[in-house]
Amino acid sequence: MKMIKSTLIILLFFFNLNPIKADENELQNKIAKNLRCLICQGQSVYDSDSEFANSVKLVIKKKLQEGSSEDQIYNFLTTKYGEWILYDPKFNKNTYFLWLLPLLIFLFGGAIIFKKLIK
Amino acid sequence: MKKKLISFAVFLSFVFVFIIFFKGLNKSNQYEPKSNILNIPEFTTITFFNKKEINSNNIFNQNKFYLLNIWASWCLPCKDEHSLLLNLSKNDKLDIIGLNYKDNQRNAKKFINELGNPYKKILLDKDGTTAIEWGAFGVPESFLIYQNKIIKKFIGPLDKNSYEEIVKLIQ
Repeated sequence: MKMIKSTLIILLFFFNLNPIKADENELQNKIAKNLRCLICQGQSVYDSDSEFANSVKLVIKKKLQEGSSEDQIYNFLTTKYGEWILYDPKFNKNTYFLWLLPLLIFLFGGAIIFKKLIK
Repeated sequence: MKKKLISFAVFLSFVFVFIIFFKGLNKSNQYEPKSNILNIPEFTTITFFNKKEINSNNIFNQNKFYLLNIWASWCLPCKDEHSLLLNLSKNDKLDIIGLNYKDNQRNAKKFINELGNPYKKILLDKDGTTAIEWGAFGVPESFLIYQNKIIKKFIGPLDKNSYEEIVKLIQ
């Protein structure tokens, strides 16, 4: 009876652990997908199997295990490699044009359509 | 009037596209990371020969120039720059520290035995994470350090020009 009980407890423990691990892997993959592999052509760190990408994946894993948040990992890698490593560049004076141009084009197009409709 | 305006707009957009392509295609497509690292990163690693744990504070602690060179035996360009490193190692003002990157220990030892050892210390980076701390993205790469600050970073193998630059900088 005791044996069954302890086996059950151990099994329960493992079943409880799996979702945590799955979450961690999911976050790890998400971060790797948002990072550019700097030595590859058009591949993310997640997609690439280069030495560089594999090391970055390891760093992400280590940082997550140490309790770093997603943003902290992005910040860490940005200080090492510059903003280019991020697929989703932050909104700052270098990226105003990048972020606002589509919106401006959209507004401009909308204004033309609006003017035509009113006519 | 309207026709003129349209043709002017078309002309302007052609000029715009031409400038973009002309500038873009002339630019080198090799990306050099704009690293914000000025001070050397703090890290703990293992030494190559006696497998002792060592902290970066105990490596770059003297008032002299250091050249951290990331190398591996499987990296062909590392062989090309090795003779330059051997020449640089003769300079008293400079200590060359090697960071052996993702390498097989036996091959690395063979590499050193065959080509000579320019390194004052060799550190191990088995999984490549120490190189990430340095903002490196491949081998070979070298960092010239003085008083815990990175003065110059050399991506790729050292050549005659970078060799002369280092010699000039440490004088």
